[in-house]
Amino acid sequence: MTSLNPENAQRPEGAAAAPLAIELIGINKHFGPVHANRDIHLAVRRGTVHGIVGENGAGKSTLMSILYGFYTADSGEIRVNGAPQTITDSRHALALGIGMVHQHFMLVDNFTVLENVVLGAEDSALLRPTLNKARDQLKALARDYGLEVDPDAIIENLSVGQQQRVEILKALYRGAETLILDEPTGVLTPAEADHLFRILGKLREEGKTIILITHKLREIMAITDEVSVMRQGAMVQTLKTAETSPEQLAELMVGRRVLLRVEKGPANPGDVLLDVENLIVTDDFKVPRVKNISFQVRAGEIVGIAGVAGNGQSELLESIAGMRDQLGGTIRVNGRPLSLAGDDGAARARLAGLAHVPEDRLRMGLVTNFAAWENAILGYQDKYGDGPGLDIAKARDIAGEYMKKFDVRPANLDLKTSNFSGGNQQKIVLAREMERDPDVLIVGQPTRGVDIGAIEFIHNQIIKMRDAGKAILLVSVELDEIRSLADRILVMFDGHIVGEADPASADETELGLLMTGSHPDRAVTEPGTLPAHETPAQQTMVQMSPKDNSGRETN
Amino acid sequence: MEQALVDITLILDSTVRLAVPLILACLAGLYSERAGIVDIGLEGKLLAGAFAAAAMSAVTGSAWLGLLAGIGAALLFSGIHGLASINFKGNQTISGVALNFLAAGLTTFLGQSWFHRGGYTPQLSGDQRFNPITLPFANELREVPILGQIYWELISGHNIITYVAFIAVPVTAWVLFRTRFGLRLRAVGENPKAIDTAGISVTLLRYQALIITAVLVGIGGAYLSIAQSAGFNNNMSAGRGYIALAALIFAKWRPGPALLVCLMFGFLDAFQFRIQGQSFPLIGEVPVQAIQALPYILTVILLAGFIGRAVAPKASGIPYTKER
Repeated sequence: MTSLNPENAQRPEGAAAAPLAIELIGINKHFGPVHANRDIHLAVRRGTVHGIVGENGAGKSTLMSILYGFYTADSGEIRVNGAPQTITDSRHALALGIGMVHQHFMLVDNFTVLENVVLGAEDSALLRPTLNKARDQLKALARDYGLEVDPDAIIENLSVGQQQRVEILKALYRGAETLILDEPTGVLTPAEADHLFRILGKLREEGKTIILITHKLREIMAITDEVSVMRQGAMVQTLKTAETSPEQLAELMVGRRVLLRVEKGPANPGDVLLDVENLIVTDDFKVPRVKNISFQVRAGEIVGIAGVAGNGQSELLESIAGMRDQLGGTIRVNGRPLSLAGDDGAARARLAGLAHVPEDRLRMGLVTNFAAWENAILGYQDKYGDGPGLDIAKARDIAGEYMKKFDVRPANLDLKTSNFSGGNQQKIVLAREMERDPDVLIVGQPTRGVDIGAIEFIHNQIIKMRDAGKAILLVSVELDEIRSLADRILVMFDGHIVGEADPASADETELGLLMTGSHPDRAVTEPGTLPAHETPAQQTMVQMSPKDNSGRETN
Repeated sequence: MEQALVDITLILDSTVRLAVPLILACLAGLYSERAGIVDIGLEGKLLAGAFAAAAMSAVTGSAWLGLLAGIGAALLFSGIHGLASINFKGNQTISGVALNFLAAGLTTFLGQSWFHRGGYTPQLSGDQRFNPITLPFANELREVPILGQIYWELISGHNIITYVAFIAVPVTAWVLFRTRFGLRLRAVGENPKAIDTAGISVTLLRYQALIITAVLVGIGGAYLSIAQSAGFNNNMSAGRGYIALAALIFAKWRPGPALLVCLMFGFLDAFQFRIQGQSFPLIGEVPVQAIQALPYILTVILLAGFIGRAVAPKASGIPYTKER
């Protein structure tokens, strides 16, 4: 989040005295042996934004699914506007004015916006009257809340941010008074997140109640009135946001003190290990995304690449890792030029001493249907056994070591990778790449969708690699992460490196301006900063490309 | 010239007759696949429907009761398929293949033990079959050149099921794209979670789709045994259920194109009958087996090369589980 709208900081007076919209009393829910919710009490006041924080697996989503009727609680009581209710299914919840925006959107991808909005809330057996009515209502909602979406657009052509707006519209169309949002910003770019918070602010002004589930403390501090902390299925505490701090919330979430800042000593840069010269890379549609970039990463330093998603960072990473052919330029690892063209580019990059933690662990880093031990050797499988056979015993031994060293939980070699939480999946990828002792490590979005406790661990591992004399290239859309980890920051905009900054002294506004290409001193030399084939209106679409939904979690 | 026109009309007429079971089975498959259930068991349902229709008609003497029996048999098979793939979340392909085996075995076995004719049902005649209907003015217009002839030969003179099949196409398009049920049906095949979170039962919707599937394919089966033919014989569906599935993919799960594709397959079949035994320049007489294989070879070529990207309904073949 580069800037949150200051409006959001103003909270309505007397919110504390407002009557309760939702009250949960003694909710319990088991999934087999797992006690997902233990005796939960929660009171949400009408017309407020109520945050619920907790690590992955703390039971937040389960609790909200119970409130929404997706699951049924084993025991406990739900009161809506003071009246006890037994919510048996989602339709019932909707009738009570409770709407939910799920983390994974519940949209039909090849339907229009309009069709998705009316699905399940049609007035009659024939569609036309409902569609006409919905079209009018969407116009009104767009006007009132800034929820603009083309009603006839097909969902799969919309950006993730717009898809989320459709989810909100769905709930409002059904007359939702209480809106539950589950990790709404996990898939959004900072600009989209800002837009979302403006919408939420407007909804609150109109008297709607909002329950915001997140693990991003910054969002909690910026927009909520009250915040409830959950840990391991239990409700730890409910606090007034104004009277708490991110540090206190983090401690309540994890159950121990957490350093939100990364502790690291000064860097000791040595020889140049990664040397990128005049690199030009195109995307799948042959549109140039990396436009003549040169930079170097030395041993013992972390170079961070900051930028709004979609400005060429992904193509840069994929190109250096050997996954994407270059149109021009040279990449040298340890002084030797790497020819990465061809399908085995990634394997040759590995041989040259380069390790890659991809941006999207689910799409590129892991085969989620594989067991943990299989993923722990993926890409290095030739090192296990001679000939066509695989030395499974050795592979399992090493995988076991990785899991122990990186504190992967549960430490079960045979568990399907998709059943691990995001943070633990990421640890498996990191362990695999880091433990092969590469000279150069390139890391994309190391903590996307990862718990606060695991973030701390992952950051420390990256610093350890640096201190062991490795060259590290870090790409992240989280500016905070770049600022706290990197020794040097390069800012990318529209395929160019538009500036370099020292993380210690860089000013956030200055970086923000660089990232959006609007820095007065550093105007990009080309006339117009957009790729030639795009109109300005399309640019936001590119930045929020629906393909870039790698932040979506599986759990 | 005159003869060429007669030839073409005859081939087209035969095309229509041969396309009817394909159209019905294809639309049947469309409903279930749009709802997210792969129905490879269409072949078995078609066969079971054909047998039940012929058997009932032979016993009662009523084609209409036969039709009902055909639908009933298909419903029974659909019920098994639904139970296996919706309630017990089994693999839909396996369940469908099992149905095909069951139908092949059961029809032969029951046919033999009931009628003792080596799997054949008794020859049907008169009211035991659906007979051609002469549309109004067909006789009067018969002598009018070209148009009258087309009306008489191609449009009039088919049995009731043929007309039902052709009417079912626009009706299906209308249901699918203009009604609440259609919207939900399409949604449940693409993203059942969207349906579930909207508070609609995925199970119920999928069963509704399977019921429509059974009705259509049951009619298709009845057509084979008591409209097109005059009785049931072993394995008389002869792969039409599979061809219908191929047509469904070819048509990208849309009713209009499905009709065209089924007509095309029907035409290939009719053409094949027509050129059997004829002598060609240079090659001479082509063995009848080669000609009979022609529609199937073309099917493979078309499916492999010409359909482009056919994107199936996304949730097709995946049983819906609510718990994570």
